[in-house]
Amino acid sequence: MDGDQGRGLTLAEIDTPTAPAPPEPEPEPTPERRPRRRKKRASSKEESGVWYPRWYWPSFTVPGTLFLIFMFILPVYVVISVAFGAVDFRNFGAAVPYYAPWWWSFTTFNSTLSKFYSGTHIYLDPLMRTFEYVLAASVICLVLGYAVAYYTARFATKYKGLILILLISPFWISYLMRIYAWQGLLDTNGPINWLLRPIGFGDTNFLAGKSITVIMGLVYGYIPFMILPLFASLDRIQESLLEAGRDLGASGRQTFWRVTVPLSRPAILAGIVIVTLPMFGDYYTNDLLGSTKTSMFGNLITTQREAVQSGGVTATASLVLILSVIVLVPMLYYLRETRRQAEQA
Amino acid sequence: MSVALEQPREQVKTGRYFGNPWRRPRFLQATTIAYLLWSLLPVVIAIAFSFNDGRSRSAWQGFSMRWWTTDPTDSLLHDPAMRTAMIQTYKLSILTVLIAVPLGTLFAIGIDRWHGRPARSANFLMLLSFVVPEIILGVSLYILFTALFKNVIPLGTNAQLLGLIAYQISYPVIIVRARLLSIGPEYEEAAMDLGATPNQSIRAVLLPLLAPAILASVALVFADTVDDFVTVAALSSTSDTETLAQKIYSAARSSPTPEVNAAATMMLITTLLVIGGGLLFYRRVAKHQGGGGATDFAQL
Repeated sequence: MDGDQGRGLTLAEIDTPTAPAPPEPEPEPTPERRPRRRKKRASSKEESGVWYPRWYWPSFTVPGTLFLIFMFILPVYVVISVAFGAVDFRNFGAAVPYYAPWWWSFTTFNSTLSKFYSGTHIYLDPLMRTFEYVLAASVICLVLGYAVAYYTARFATKYKGLILILLISPFWISYLMRIYAWQGLLDTNGPINWLLRPIGFGDTNFLAGKSITVIMGLVYGYIPFMILPLFASLDRIQESLLEAGRDLGASGRQTFWRVTVPLSRPAILAGIVIVTLPMFGDYYTNDLLGSTKTSMFGNLITTQREAVQSGGVTATASLVLILSVIVLVPMLYYLRETRRQAEQA
Repeated sequence: MSVALEQPREQVKTGRYFGNPWRRPRFLQATTIAYLLWSLLPVVIAIAFSFNDGRSRSAWQGFSMRWWTTDPTDSLLHDPAMRTAMIQTYKLSILTVLIAVPLGTLFAIGIDRWHGRPARSANFLMLLSFVVPEIILGVSLYILFTALFKNVIPLGTNAQLLGLIAYQISYPVIIVRARLLSIGPEYEEAAMDLGATPNQSIRAVLLPLLAPAILASVALVFADTVDDFVTVAALSSTSDTETLAQKIYSAARSSPTPEVNAAATMMLITTLLVIGGGLLFYRRVAKHQGGGGATDFAQL
């Protein structure tokens, strides 16, 4: 234990000096404050025991917050400025961002937006497809994930640890590799077709823009994110509650629907949100397993990003903005839920 | 519940395994096994095909180390493009860990002890960066670096690094905070009652207590950055700054050979090594049960 602690300390000491990346006011003001703190502590010891300077804890959060202000809030603002800016077609379709809100013009943004509903509405299909795929994939994720999580939490006695490790392992395998693996399996002369040939389904080109392949890929990619919160929640349900349900005369099925499911409801909702958020922005699943016939919202963004010459950057910014609005509600819902759970704990 | 009282009698007739709580749940068991096979077999097969003798990654043509070491141009060992990608991948991962984990740890400590409106806003911002779809953050940063910061930070390694930190910084915050909640402020208070300054008590008491969580963050952030594709792809400039994940992606879209499988396997090996090492160390340091470590990891 002593050795471990020592090691922990050295690790900590390695870690702290690396911290000063962005401007960091934390370490420097401490010395001058030290004497004053001692005086104050002596006086206020009865109430709180220990006294910290008022800026002490806030200063810890400064580097991280500054980083996020520059690398999270600022980019979002620039995206808005580009989306509500202009396109300079004489300069190879370069984006001309309008940084001041009172200059914002909505002409280029509106022309992107109108592709969803007017004219040939070329963006409408990918949008609807995204909703369909996300819906289908998250329903499959929920049903399959619930079954697996339920089994692992309640019945997997001896092998629980092993199953858990296997359930977690997809997290450590690159998403791209997992989808790439399917690309090989689903190839026209790959193993899946080889298996299907005897039952007369051989030579199916699964990779030629089939919705079912893309949905399968989405489920495959994101279902671990569904299973783990479900497992954590189902694992916490006390057996005595289920026994109480049975003792009061409910059937196994009734106990499941009236006790287990309501108790796991927060995890179900959290799982759905965790799974759908990245699905909305997914583009590589379709890139590897589908075609333009199955393109999703994320593909619109990447296509525009590559079409710099025709004002693609501005269109990209507009699409990112539209996607952000779509995912805003589930995102805020998830944050509210996690905060409520933290407060309950 | 009065309705429910009549149920048991009926249940004897209708219930399959739902009726008998002690019956083995064969259907669920089969589903779970099928799921696990479905979720892991493709990866195993992809790894196996990195040893394929032919160019195909779907038809087996015999075992060889061709795509790993022996082929003079197209093997992982000798392909210069792959080597650049590997170096870039690990460089970015290590640097991201070195910056994101300390930043996140400090942030977590601060936010855990500081209760105020700005603290809540900062925490909200942090969690927002955790849930935002990666494409939104990645493409927003792409636009930032090509528009506003065009002449300051052009696309390339620096931009990739900043993007990765922005996407990863919330992991250590969440892990370290969870650990802080279970530690409580008592140890530090004790240290300070014994005469330590706040800084001393953090360095000598709190950080060692947080070591398991920090370690877990290191492993997690490293593994996640090695695998990262969206952010890295959005912010890379030339082929020199392409990572393994990007190579896999572009090869998968054109003409993949088992070399790609080998590259992906390489990524997997490093990730698993780091995670496995982290988990072992974590268990030693925290003196936790295996389940404790696994569930701590699982919470993400």
